[in-house]
Amino acid sequence: MSNVGALNAAAASFDAVARDAVGPRGARPRKTFSRRNVFLYGALALAALYYLLPLYVMVVTSLKGMPEIRLGNIFSPPVEITFEPWAKAWATACTGLNCDGLSRGFWNSVRITVPSVIASIAVASVNGYALANWRFKGADTFFTILIVGAFIPYQVMIYPLVIVLREIGLYGSLWGLVIVHSIFGMPILTLLFRNYFASVPEELFKAARVDGAGFWGIYFKIMMPMSLPIFVVAVIIQVTGIWNDFLFGVIYTRPESYPMTVQLNNIVNTTMGVKEYNVNMAATILTGLVPLVIYFLSGKLFVRGIAAGAVKG
Amino acid sequence: MPSARSGRPSPLSRNLAAKIASIPMILTALVVFVGGTAWTVLYSFTDSKLLPRLRFVGLEQYERLWAAPRWLVAVENLAVYGALSLVFSLVVGFLLAALLDQKIRFEDAFRTIFLYPFALSFIVTGLVWQWVLNPDFGLQGIVRSLGWESFSFDPLYNPDIVIYGILIAGLWQGTGLVMCLMLAGLRGIDEDIWKAARVDGIPTWKTYLLIVIPMMRPVFVTTLVLIASGIVRLYDLVVAQTSGGPGIASEVPAKYVYDYMFLAQNLGQGFAASTMMLLTVAIIVVPWAYLEFGGRRRV
Repeated sequence: MSNVGALNAAAASFDAVARDAVGPRGARPRKTFSRRNVFLYGALALAALYYLLPLYVMVVTSLKGMPEIRLGNIFSPPVEITFEPWAKAWATACTGLNCDGLSRGFWNSVRITVPSVIASIAVASVNGYALANWRFKGADTFFTILIVGAFIPYQVMIYPLVIVLREIGLYGSLWGLVIVHSIFGMPILTLLFRNYFASVPEELFKAARVDGAGFWGIYFKIMMPMSLPIFVVAVIIQVTGIWNDFLFGVIYTRPESYPMTVQLNNIVNTTMGVKEYNVNMAATILTGLVPLVIYFLSGKLFVRGIAAGAVKG
Repeated sequence: MPSARSGRPSPLSRNLAAKIASIPMILTALVVFVGGTAWTVLYSFTDSKLLPRLRFVGLEQYERLWAAPRWLVAVENLAVYGALSLVFSLVVGFLLAALLDQKIRFEDAFRTIFLYPFALSFIVTGLVWQWVLNPDFGLQGIVRSLGWESFSFDPLYNPDIVIYGILIAGLWQGTGLVMCLMLAGLRGIDEDIWKAARVDGIPTWKTYLLIVIPMMRPVFVTTLVLIASGIVRLYDLVVAQTSGGPGIASEVPAKYVYDYMFLAQNLGQGFAASTMMLLTVAIIVVPWAYLEFGGRRRV
């Protein structure tokens, strides 16, 4: 439960920041309360409120009991803090016939995310390396197709992929989903790695060639060790992307191995019985926790990752 | 050992390791991206039901598609959501970036706050906003309990405004990214330009409007394409927040495709609908790619 505490602390400190920002009283030399500053920080604080409110509501709701929720409003802080909704969301909430909570989805997501991240990054980094350093005839054509393909809606390609996976006997299995994630992660990651490897000084590559190193030798002994930052960025992109995936999870796996997002949606949006809003919100936070933790820990690297993903080469 | 530039062995074995290593990329490009797309387009002209089969019926699927009320609602929703989402993302994202660019204190904290929703999935986003917009306990309930009894804002239960409820959630999740891109664009503008504008006595807002924004054209175009191709994919958010309801009021094309392919087992309709989605993206991306890349090559 230390995660909960950490999240609360984070939310509290953000609140504090937002409060401070309304009236900046730091050591700025002149005109601290100028009209410009009041307007500037006022606007920023208002915007921050819009972004923080849902997080606050989530946390607060998940710590209340159901009677309190029915009586109060969603913004009031809990009178009696209870962690029961969290326990229920994790261990006993029901989807269909299964009543073992989100924990099942969590471990499914871990089992999906870890191999998918490794596979997609391995494939894409080698692609990028071949494209940057070992150009062969036609390589750029395939790369162009890949980049254009990144804009094709997934809906156009999901059914042919179902057929391909069924033909090779992987439809519905975890490895099928790993392949799917590797395929759809490929355009952006290949671009990322290609651009990074292209910026590595060519003399280094040539020197290694003179010393007799081959394709794989240069990759493992020179390129990989030199490119740790870009590998970290790729891991951040992929872990959050794959963890947050819903569409591929629901199409390419069977119900017993649904990832966390799919199971969360099933728990919250099944209409049977009385809605337990506190359990729903606890489950929602639990699902968002992994990418949130990555986001807060990685800080600037996360920004760099999405900037790299957004800006074309 | 295969080698790139030393010696002159046969053309196929040159760079052999690189070629072998690129097999996954080649397969993805040819089989999935080109092959898969062509396959779907081809089968959209057939009467495939439960299983794909090659019995061509011409444009029948498309005629049925454009006569289906559900598809028309989905297209209309996407148009409204798309237009508003584009405008608001760009305006809000740019304003936030411009505010953050004023050499303020706590810049990192503000940026962290504006961007964190982007780390969350659409499912989480949809479920949170479903709760915040709950008519009994959420925003509407609170305003009413403050004394404004007739206040009404329940987008998730009112077919006329449900798409705006989804828009609020979508903007919450996505504007942080736009802000980040815009901030990078603003930081890329030379400080001397600001100095020159100040010397000439041009007011700040005018400098932004007439000098800075035109200079940021590439950033705007990239952002535009990025948001637009994301909008067409809008799916998880709707599934989580409203499941397409009330009734069919918040259906979107991506959901139509999924439902017809995997639930209604009417593959032909699914293929036709997804081909229409592809066409929409092509209309957005092709002119852009032409301007960005085609143009540059000619110059």
